[in-house]
Amino acid sequence: CVHQLDTVPVDPREKTKDNTYTDLASYQQGLSKLYAGYATTGQQGPAGDGDLGGIDEGASQYLRRLWEAQELPTDEAINGWTDPGQPSMSFMNWVSTNTLIEALYNRVIYQVTICNQYLRDTKDAPFEEVKAYRAQARFLRAFSYWHALDLFGNIVPFVTENDNVGSDLPNPAGELGGTELFDYIEAELLAIIETSAEEQLIDANAGLVGQANKGAAYMLLGKLYLNAGVYINQDRLTEAKKYTDLVVSNYTLVESATQDYTAYETLFLADNYLQHKEIIFAINFDGNYTQTYGGTTYLVCASVGGEMDAAKYGIGGGWGGNRSMPSLYELFEDGNENQIDPRGLFFKGNKREVTDYREFTEGYGIEKFKNMKSDGSGATRLDFVDTNFPVFRLADALLMQTEIDYRLSGSASNLNVKKLWDRVGRTGAVPQISEEFLLAERARELYWEGHRRTDLRRFGQYSNGTYVAPWSYKGGVVDGKDVDSKYELYPLPASDVGANPNLKQNPNY
Amino acid sequence: TTQGTTSDFDGHYKLTIDNQASILMYSYIGYQKKEITLSTATTIDVNMEVDAEQLEEVLVIGYGSVNKKDATGSVEAVTADGFNQGAITSPQGLLQGKVAGVQITNSGGAPGAGSTIRIRGGSSLSASNDPLIVIDGVPVDSEGVAGMRNPLNAINPNDIESMTVLKDASATAIYGSRASNGVLIITTKKGESNSSELSVNYSGSVSVNTPNEQVDVLSADQYRDLMSGRPGEHLLGDANTDWQQEVLRTTVSTDQNVGVSGNIKGVLPFRATVGYNLDNGTMQTSQMERTTVNLNLSPTFLGDHLKVNASIKGMFVDNQFANTGAMGSAVVYDPTQPVKSNDPAYAPYGGYHTWLQNGAPSVNAPSNPMAMLEQENNNAKVNRSIGNMQLDYKIHGFEDLSVKVNAGYDYSSSNGSIYAGEETAWNINNGATGGFVSDYTENKRNELLDVYLQYNKEIGKSRFDVMGGYSWQHFYSEGTSNENNVQGNVENPKENIWATEYYLVSFFGRFNYTFNDKYMATVTVRQDGTSRFSPNNRWGTFPSLALAWKINEEPWMQGFDKLSNLKLRAGVGITGQQNIGGGDYPYMARYTYGDAQSQYSYYDPNTGQIIYVPTIRPEGYDENIKWEETVTYNVGLDYGFFNDRVTGAVEGYYRVTNDLLNMVPVPAGSNLTNMLLTNVGSMENKGIELSVNTKIIQKKDFHWDFGVNFTYNDSKITKLTMVDDPNYEGVKVGGISGGTGETIQIHKEGYAPYSFLVYEQIYDEGGKPIEGAYVDRNGDGVIDEKDMYIAGDPMANVYLGFTTRVSYKNWEFSMAGRASFGGQVYNNVDSNNAYYNNLYSSANGNTNNVTSDIYNTGFQNAQLKSDYYVQDANFFRIDNIMVGYNFNNLNDGKMTARVFGTVNNPCVFSNYKGVDPEIQGGIDNNMYPRPTTFMLGVNVNF
Repeated sequence: CVHQLDTVPVDPREKTKDNTYTDLASYQQGLSKLYAGYATTGQQGPAGDGDLGGIDEGASQYLRRLWEAQELPTDEAINGWTDPGQPSMSFMNWVSTNTLIEALYNRVIYQVTICNQYLRDTKDAPFEEVKAYRAQARFLRAFSYWHALDLFGNIVPFVTENDNVGSDLPNPAGELGGTELFDYIEAELLAIIETSAEEQLIDANAGLVGQANKGAAYMLLGKLYLNAGVYINQDRLTEAKKYTDLVVSNYTLVESATQDYTAYETLFLADNYLQHKEIIFAINFDGNYTQTYGGTTYLVCASVGGEMDAAKYGIGGGWGGNRSMPSLYELFEDGNENQIDPRGLFFKGNKREVTDYREFTEGYGIEKFKNMKSDGSGATRLDFVDTNFPVFRLADALLMQTEIDYRLSGSASNLNVKKLWDRVGRTGAVPQISEEFLLAERARELYWEGHRRTDLRRFGQYSNGTYVAPWSYKGGVVDGKDVDSKYELYPLPASDVGANPNLKQNPNY
Repeated sequence: TTQGTTSDFDGHYKLTIDNQASILMYSYIGYQKKEITLSTATTIDVNMEVDAEQLEEVLVIGYGSVNKKDATGSVEAVTADGFNQGAITSPQGLLQGKVAGVQITNSGGAPGAGSTIRIRGGSSLSASNDPLIVIDGVPVDSEGVAGMRNPLNAINPNDIESMTVLKDASATAIYGSRASNGVLIITTKKGESNSSELSVNYSGSVSVNTPNEQVDVLSADQYRDLMSGRPGEHLLGDANTDWQQEVLRTTVSTDQNVGVSGNIKGVLPFRATVGYNLDNGTMQTSQMERTTVNLNLSPTFLGDHLKVNASIKGMFVDNQFANTGAMGSAVVYDPTQPVKSNDPAYAPYGGYHTWLQNGAPSVNAPSNPMAMLEQENNNAKVNRSIGNMQLDYKIHGFEDLSVKVNAGYDYSSSNGSIYAGEETAWNINNGATGGFVSDYTENKRNELLDVYLQYNKEIGKSRFDVMGGYSWQHFYSEGTSNENNVQGNVENPKENIWATEYYLVSFFGRFNYTFNDKYMATVTVRQDGTSRFSPNNRWGTFPSLALAWKINEEPWMQGFDKLSNLKLRAGVGITGQQNIGGGDYPYMARYTYGDAQSQYSYYDPNTGQIIYVPTIRPEGYDENIKWEETVTYNVGLDYGFFNDRVTGAVEGYYRVTNDLLNMVPVPAGSNLTNMLLTNVGSMENKGIELSVNTKIIQKKDFHWDFGVNFTYNDSKITKLTMVDDPNYEGVKVGGISGGTGETIQIHKEGYAPYSFLVYEQIYDEGGKPIEGAYVDRNGDGVIDEKDMYIAGDPMANVYLGFTTRVSYKNWEFSMAGRASFGGQVYNNVDSNNAYYNNLYSSANGNTNNVTSDIYNTGFQNAQLKSDYYVQDANFFRIDNIMVGYNFNNLNDGKMTARVFGTVNNPCVFSNYKGVDPEIQGGIDNNMYPRPTTFMLGVNVNF
């Protein structure tokens, strides 16, 4: 009976290489995992069969980690939990063994590896449609590599579909400050928007909402070039302009309010898939079919606590974690604590100041993301949120356009800003465009949407600022203080630097 | 007709008989039966002869047995006489503290709770450290089945004849790839082959379980004092509730067994038993009801050439599980709140006090412990059957050679359900209407076939015993689970179906050689193939060699007449571990379908439809994964003095495990996961065992035995990484309460597994810990993770067990206990509860109780990583005390009876600050408390 040792999985949910990719639907499902890589944490929703080990599954969720990395060490948000590694995300005093940074890093690289595997598995697919799937897989890989570049720098391990699984130690993309990863992302994105390419994305503002199309690639290129100064110390503003302009010409701002919500608010509601004319690319969630303890479930639930009425946000109860600091509210007020910009969705039942970061009731709550439909009715569930997370939206591109113009010529039209003000009914004259104004305006429009750290770095206001004062708890002190410039980049996890001798740590960690 | 009587302690007896009686039969344990044809004599004196076969203690070993005096390996058996006494429902409990090197820790006081057995410390990290358990020749699945607290509960302790522990590699290597953590062989009772009478045994008992010491939390009044003037004071109620007292209770349990054995028509010895056990747990709502049946047939055919032994065991269990989260909730729940109240705010939740925020239950506040128990019904029914048929055929005309066949199965099936009604506050958000309903099933089918030959020969002074054979085993399991809310209107309810299997195929052999009854050698080898590894790594070879020398048989030892036995043993062997816990296909590239809740959704603007697409995930895998290999060296000395009134053994062992199966981070980007089970690292165990068994008094009507065993064990990880990296911090393990993903333990080179990694607390002059002040151990002026150090580990370095028995005339008394030294426990109950900021949560809108350790520390915030909470877990526990009285001559001698009372777990002596220092794994986090049990029992034979 020795031949019986040659078993194959008997589980209905598990297949071997030979019988996985058999029909077009299976190729779609393989691609679906690559999208789900940003939304779910494993093969059981909300948890139970995680992609990653060594951390609480929900806390390992891609968007949850990315959002915290982009928002908590900034002037927009603070978190009150005392879980391991959590306070130092707000304090900007993290170390290379921080489990949350490790999870972020693992999530980003994991996403790259499953994209690689999909590209290996679909190489000789006998269906024409799979070529477009492969283009999407390449976009998603570039998207994650962009996160890696932005968060950790050019020194992250670099693997493509040409590497094998389980054999070699990956090499870093390059030296710190090198251009290898930037160049790779750029080349990949340019390749899949090329109209003559075999593996090509669908057109901007076309296809299914949730799928990456050329609009998403234009936007990512625009952001890559706009931040090239930070990433590779090069001025690529002309290219930034080209692709940002392409975005602007393909999308339109959402202008119509509903009975219960302003047009601006509808971008962050449970049926915000309807706003696809403005939202260029989103991470999609569904309370019944895409369940996770990260994602927008985290964004809504962690932002509700204390006296905030959970029902108003479409959930059964809050987790009491994230709220804002005076440094955010100041951008919306007239100088006398009167709010003059309607985009600020604050819960003012909390205290404004934060003197104990653990106390949820210190720091105004933020009511931006809600699990409510635009007609005022509730979403599908109270425990998992339907709302999609807008990764890229037109308003961002409009502000980028203004910024690029300003950086190219030293001045810019305030027309785009005016559009955004008009949409929310903010009155008064738009001031002359300046760096300081642009950075503040980006916060007013895009606060809590996961852009802040990148923006602060680009404006040179992150680790130590000239016109953005240290916010509460920056550097781990209540009043805030500047921090070492090493915090501009996150450290590679000590565990990976230990496991992979080819890697070098970012400076001073 | 048959009549009988029993002699008194002086051997006097009296029997009134009718005229037809013709034969008197005399029997006594350890002596040959003797028949006397009646004459007219009124006084008949009999001299009985020692039954050499019975007195020679036979040890059951893998695929055979051996006389204890000829054993070469480290093998220790405990028979029914030596078992622990009292209200013990699991086989493990019988053995606790009885054998040196064997540590048995039950998981708590739940009815039918499981136990962790560690033989010489355990030799694995991520793979299983459980010993292989063989029941009547069937290696069973130790993983258990869903809905069952303890996989070994299939065996009624009353049916067990003996339990044999194989400790060193020379004894275990015959089990090859499953033997690195020792082997426990359980043998059940059989019918007597030489008794033509039907004998009936009844035993029954009633026991009272009482809860023990509880977590020391603040009383309602103390709590009010503390909360006075603090935030959250406005939430206090006016009740005085002792939540732990509410949650716990005193219960009555019972155990009933009837056994019949005999020999039908002299050809079919049989034994049949039925047992019924009702165990009511001390935590409200927990209960186990178990029925066991056991049938054993052991006929002989062909003039003793063919021996057959067939047995079927069946077990039917109804479990009722308490929501064990209620224990933790009872510790923190505000004592000024009532269990129930008439306040209409609580009416939607069955009147149970519930923490509310804006009129809805606060999702992160603790749930009412009594609601958790009373509003939730968690049941499981488990059936299990283990059976096998063993044939032993001595070949006609070539009687030295016998063929043995053992075919067996181990099937279990379970189905369970959880029902929590719409009023349960913690399920209020489940779909449209709330509540929670879940059901699950699991089926396991394990099958076994062994075929082997045995050849015995004596040539001159040489004696050979050669055995060789083949073994095949198949393990299959499958299950389902479903979840919904009470009305079943969750839009996309969870449904799950799964299955998995693996095979083991083995070839094995053993060669025993004895020369001149003094020098002995055993060589074993086993080759195992498992379906869990790739064809390149599938086969492993596990050899062993052992030598023994009966020193006292040497002519030059004959002068030492006080010495009745002295045997030196030495052995070395290699064993393996393939029980890896990483699925059954860890070497294979696989793709896993996601469930209905992990789909991705797209919106189609043309149709207005949302499209849901399930996902396929490529799994991480290790093509080269293979066995762990453990090399064990063992030296032992068996001794006996004063005609074996003092006996025992001294053993020393050294065990090295290489290619540890270990869950480690893989270099990012190199595989399809970040953590992978792979062969990396080494660890070692070394230790000394000592046992002493004495018959202090051995008089006709007065016996006093005393036995003690002592173990020293030291485990250490010697290597953890592929590349030598001195800065490698280790693998963090040991999750604790107090923060999502918080761990307190680490596997680190140079230290014991599961060592505690913490900061060194600084204390003020009064000995009070200073909050947040830790020793800067690396002297760099900053307190950071680099200052953390290893402050101990949960494994006891020294542990011992003792048993004493006294019998005086008809009375008997026994007591057994254990002690453990050198282990630590992390007091997560205090670390997670005793700090001032825990009193009130502004985010969740509730108040919490704290443990009274807050008075010792005064901590404002949780100091989870302080070594203050790593506390010594030394203890001395009395496990059981028994007093019994024997009625030897009832109903004209046709009946014997015994009445006895026991106390289990009467007391534990310890300096540990928490409730109970005996915690498997070393993290004290509101274990189901172990009760003290008083039992009254009767045992009748007729």
